[in-house]
Amino acid sequence: MTAILSIDRLNVSFRSGDATVAAVRDVSLEVAAAECVGIVGESGSGKTTMFMAVMRLLARGAHIDGGIHFAGVDMLGSAAHELNRVRGSRLTMIFQDPMTALTPHLTIGRQLCEVLVTHAHMSWSGARRAALDMLERVRIPDPERRLRQHPHELSGGMRQRVMIGMSLLCNPSLLIADEPTSALDVTVQAQIIEILRVLRREMRMATVLISHDLGVVAALADRILVMYAGRIVEGAPMRMLLQRAAHPYTAALLECMPDLAAPRVARMPSLAGTAPAPSERESGCAFAPRCPRAQARCRHERPLLRASGVADHDVACHDPLGA
Amino acid sequence: MNHPLLSVRGLEVRFGVTRVLDDVGFDLQAGETLGLVGESGSGKSTLARAILRLAPAAAGRILWSGEDMLTWSAARLRRHRRHMQLIFQDPLASLNPRMSVADAIAEPLRIFGTGLSARDRRERVDAMLERVGLSAAVADRYPHEFSGGQCQRIGIARAMILRPRLLICDEPVSSLDVSIQGQIVNLLADLQHEWGTAMLFISHNLAVVRHLSHRVLVLYRGRLVEIAEVDTLFKSPVHPYTRALLAAVPDPRRIAAGARTPGDAASVAAAPDDGLGRAEATRGCAFRARCPTAGSVCESVVPPLEALAPGHMVACHVTRTGSLVYP
Repeated sequence: MTAILSIDRLNVSFRSGDATVAAVRDVSLEVAAAECVGIVGESGSGKTTMFMAVMRLLARGAHIDGGIHFAGVDMLGSAAHELNRVRGSRLTMIFQDPMTALTPHLTIGRQLCEVLVTHAHMSWSGARRAALDMLERVRIPDPERRLRQHPHELSGGMRQRVMIGMSLLCNPSLLIADEPTSALDVTVQAQIIEILRVLRREMRMATVLISHDLGVVAALADRILVMYAGRIVEGAPMRMLLQRAAHPYTAALLECMPDLAAPRVARMPSLAGTAPAPSERESGCAFAPRCPRAQARCRHERPLLRASGVADHDVACHDPLGA
Repeated sequence: MNHPLLSVRGLEVRFGVTRVLDDVGFDLQAGETLGLVGESGSGKSTLARAILRLAPAAAGRILWSGEDMLTWSAARLRRHRRHMQLIFQDPLASLNPRMSVADAIAEPLRIFGTGLSARDRRERVDAMLERVGLSAAVADRYPHEFSGGQCQRIGIARAMILRPRLLICDEPVSSLDVSIQGQIVNLLADLQHEWGTAMLFISHNLAVVRHLSHRVLVLYRGRLVEIAEVDTLFKSPVHPYTRALLAAVPDPRRIAAGARTPGDAASVAAAPDDGLGRAEATRGCAFRARCPTAGSVCESVVPPLEALAPGHMVACHVTRTGSLVYP
């Protein structure tokens, strides 16, 4: 297995007044070629910040420490012009809100072609043919007409399909999709999931799918990593993680998503309390204050991410479920 | 005669020439929760705003205990507003950042001149804070000091302090983390049970809608396409759109157990979502371009809402003529 992306002991922090806000804490992970890795976590868990660091899109105030390598490029040690040789072509990212990611006053066609002219040095007419072809691949009806339209003339689902198409124009080795369906309705979400599933196979492209929704991640990912308070707390192949969750937080997240086919229960499951703010200093396990299984040890000794005893299944918990 | 708390009849709302709501009608009984689902742009929030008289109705009637609210004077409406309260999706944005929590919650008591002294008001606020799971000790703090879930509790406290007879919730948990949503849902269920408030509950989160609602209403492009008791709607949905909607929800456990992913399951949903322009949509059934069972009649005639069983109404030509058999 060759890793297309490797993140090594990554820490990302920001200064806020006198305090240091640690958004990502000591995270290491690898994404293999053609693999789809799902990153699940709630707001503030550091999942977006980590991949903004990978893209080097964080503001100057961010302090990044550790190693990030994409396809042999040192993403932290390289100058902007070197980064730009991979960003937008071999390494691409799409976001939750396609409206703000598209330029409002340029046509869809102009924005798609620009990518190919800039990165693939194509002629405008060649780029136009490639853009048309891509709109068909992301199942946009009447693509000729869409090329001449502006972003506001498209529905949200169609805009997100345009964004996906744009991100795939240069055959990327890795697509980072940050909550790509969270602003969409479930029926449209299902379309986007299906498009991503088909295209990532066809293009043999690795994908990082960031989402708060375990269902969306399950539909696409080969492997799932769960983040809590800036750290990975559990990681396993999709089926194993969902069927044999070892971290109490993963189990709680699953419980909070009731099956629509199961009988209704009297109380909606939830977790008491809230996640710690990223500015809080940690002592022990960050999840301990909300954990039903927490013991004295959990409050002062932080559990390390380690093999659970089952292959490929890592968990950071002193008392994992099913152990 | 016993009137429902709220009856909406033939409601139409237009923005310019666009019909955002078209011939929508339903009843809401006192103490009942009606879930309202549909995709963005289907008119869910506009329906809520029309009921609150924040969006003008172009046609139809909105009856409160049998009286048509659309004929009321501004003064009458203002007096009435204490009975209808609203909570929003973004709890922080709906609170004034410069108003302490106590002032925000007490504001309805002041506006509606409840005749309480400042001290009595404060007592009511403190009790309300405790009731929504916050402590009276936080009363003098400001919204930015609270998490999203706590801000939503404050919003609920403010909406409920007048004990309204109708509470409209517009996506009240959508901006909250999954692990927090249940806390807010349970709080709303408890308050309703205790005080008998009727709720119109708008959400795209079907699990939450199923949990709270007695009945569920499905909107598609401004038209009511199906309404039924909650268990009927989730177990035996009839309208092709409702079926697509339910099939499109990805369930992690079922996917892990080998179920097809929603993209496969919802062949309807996988069809392009842009079939019809607004003008075309006003002729015939608005869902026809995405519908796997649409026939020629669906292109020319708007399907009327008809009872399939007591309490179960559907607007679909194909299910009506019985030529459609679901597996």
